[in-house]
Amino acid sequence: MAKRIGVEVSIAVADAAKQCNVDVIAAYPITPQTHIVEHLSELVADGELDAEFIPVESEHSAMSTCIGASAAGARTFTATSSQGLALMVEILYIASALRLPVVMSMVNRALSGPISIWNDHCDIMLARDTGWIQTVAENGQEAYDLIFHAYRVAEDHRVLLPVIVNLDGFTLSHVIEPIEYFDQAQVDGYLKPYAPALRLDPKHPITMGPVGMPEVYTEARKVQEETIKAARPVIEEAWQAFGDQFGRYYRPLESYRMDDAETVLVTMGSIGETAMTAVDEMRSMGKKVGLLRIRLFRPFPVEELRQALKDVKRVGVIDRALPFGASGGPVAAEVRSALYHEVGRPFIYNFIAGLGGRDVTVENFEEMASELESLEKSELTEFYKIINVRE
Amino acid sequence: MGTAAEAFKGFKKYSLKKNLPMVEPLAPGHRACQGCGEVLALRQVMKAIGENVIVSSATGCMEIVTSPWPQTAWRVPWLHVAFENAAAVASGVEAAYKAMTRKGKIEDTNTTFLAVAGDGGTADIGLQALSGALERGHNFVYLCLDNEAYMNTGVQRSSSTPYGAMTTTSPPGKLSRGQETWKKDLPAIAAAHRIPYVATGSPAFPVDLMNKAKKASLVKGPAYLHVYSPCCTGWRMAPDLSVESARLVVETRVFPLYEVIDGQWILSRDIKKPKPVEDYLKPQRRFSHLTAEDIKIIQERVDANWERLMKLIAATTPEDKTE
Repeated sequence: MAKRIGVEVSIAVADAAKQCNVDVIAAYPITPQTHIVEHLSELVADGELDAEFIPVESEHSAMSTCIGASAAGARTFTATSSQGLALMVEILYIASALRLPVVMSMVNRALSGPISIWNDHCDIMLARDTGWIQTVAENGQEAYDLIFHAYRVAEDHRVLLPVIVNLDGFTLSHVIEPIEYFDQAQVDGYLKPYAPALRLDPKHPITMGPVGMPEVYTEARKVQEETIKAARPVIEEAWQAFGDQFGRYYRPLESYRMDDAETVLVTMGSIGETAMTAVDEMRSMGKKVGLLRIRLFRPFPVEELRQALKDVKRVGVIDRALPFGASGGPVAAEVRSALYHEVGRPFIYNFIAGLGGRDVTVENFEEMASELESLEKSELTEFYKIINVRE
Repeated sequence: MGTAAEAFKGFKKYSLKKNLPMVEPLAPGHRACQGCGEVLALRQVMKAIGENVIVSSATGCMEIVTSPWPQTAWRVPWLHVAFENAAAVASGVEAAYKAMTRKGKIEDTNTTFLAVAGDGGTADIGLQALSGALERGHNFVYLCLDNEAYMNTGVQRSSSTPYGAMTTTSPPGKLSRGQETWKKDLPAIAAAHRIPYVATGSPAFPVDLMNKAKKASLVKGPAYLHVYSPCCTGWRMAPDLSVESARLVVETRVFPLYEVIDGQWILSRDIKKPKPVEDYLKPQRRFSHLTAEDIKIIQERVDANWERLMKLIAATTPEDKTE
């Protein structure tokens, strides 16, 4: 039976990979991902996990090695953060194009420069268009749970795409939380052994990664787009099965106190829990504030956002990344785009917050929510701003 | 990781008249240029290694000419990921087979894991991934097909381009004699990892090359093959001179054929009466701008390299085996 224990979230993520009985792990150390791969290497060293742990010489090789292993038919795992993701990003595109179900936990950290080991979502955004499915954990339990979900989705023959499970660096990865651990029989009931659709095998030779001439490139990209879109029902089905088995039901977009909400905040990742506290306080003061938390970042839950936001008055989207020279943060841009064609769409404003480890407090959320009303009535030339910044 | 000596016990050499392999894992009909020495070398290596192999290919000429979808020239499993990571990809394939075999998920197939890259993908952009894979001791063969420049992108210089050669990024000019640097010594770099087996080969000596490829595949650990691969297109050379240049490069001592077996350097082919380097340089228009003085500098370097090789051989030969 499952039991609840106090454990560091990174350790729980590694234990989840172990319970998934991964065959090959290739990883390179980078803060704050290190505790995950350290623990996995211990599990292998102690014989508790029968896997090849490959201490590669870079993240670029980590992802390349994962591709080789996955193409050969192994269940494959890696973890990275920030600069490591940046180094492997070339290969991320190829993992998805080759339709290889690699699972990676990404412990979110700011990108250089200046160099910062602390948390934000720049790395998520760098992986945004790579064709990987991306889920985002809000707490330690989710970081653990989403690993099992990731393999079930990735390896489903209707999907066969790699999955990133995001968790916030330090604020999530390095804290000790009470986490419900499943026993192995439960995991085995949820996640079947990996059965590759195709694999590199001298008995059945295949060519993987051929050249795409202009006559076929567009079609190849279109198929990939259709594949990640078609993964949507499988992602939800796997969450439904997860809920049926373990009692926790997850959705692409979580709503919190959205009934009759006029002002809505949209978050992604662990700040969602702080935002819930803020919403509770504002509700207790009679303010009609609700919260949406994005759990599935890719494929982006466009329809859910439309449904959830079409009748509200104003929306504040909180981004934890700042794309220079753009018209605001990437999540806000997608939310706006999703809502653009709705008649009577709400006022949408973007707050850039929590860059490089800056705290986003309950008070910050309350300020953002209340400021939305005045912003809505102002004549604006820009529809985003960085909050909590020293001028 | 076992020693090469153990792996070679009972090894039966190929010989020209008796037992050359009939298999062609690399099919004809690919799109290589006329007279391509690289695809010739690759064919010889593939024949020797056989069909129980999984190939990880770097981006480059051999990748492009063999895999324009929906066609493929590969009769064995083949995977291309990117330019700089053939060794890392092969590491993953090898590790997967190791883990899956140990866990009883697949039978023990004794498959050879082969990484293939050009000189750019090996000496420059892929050097880190190669060093990592050699150092970690994966059971794989790394094949560098060295045509001495980035041919696939239009003949740009690499760190494996020889001194004096004209490429599109080392053009001779008023202030330049072409490539200003000496060729990076990749086999020595591979050997410095103290792996069981390193060898150099040339497609003009096919039986030697095939024996080396086969031996590389027998080693239980990393093996590195560095194969001289004439590129008529990039070297501005007539297509019928490919094999000839691959012979001359050896006979002039510009590219010596040797093996490094468990750290012992062994000459494969002694060149007692070397031809002058000019014989090798002359048919290739990439060297046509060189002056007599330049050629003298190259000759001196070739002589010094050969002497150094002889010293390495002497220094690593056990006393009871010296004459």
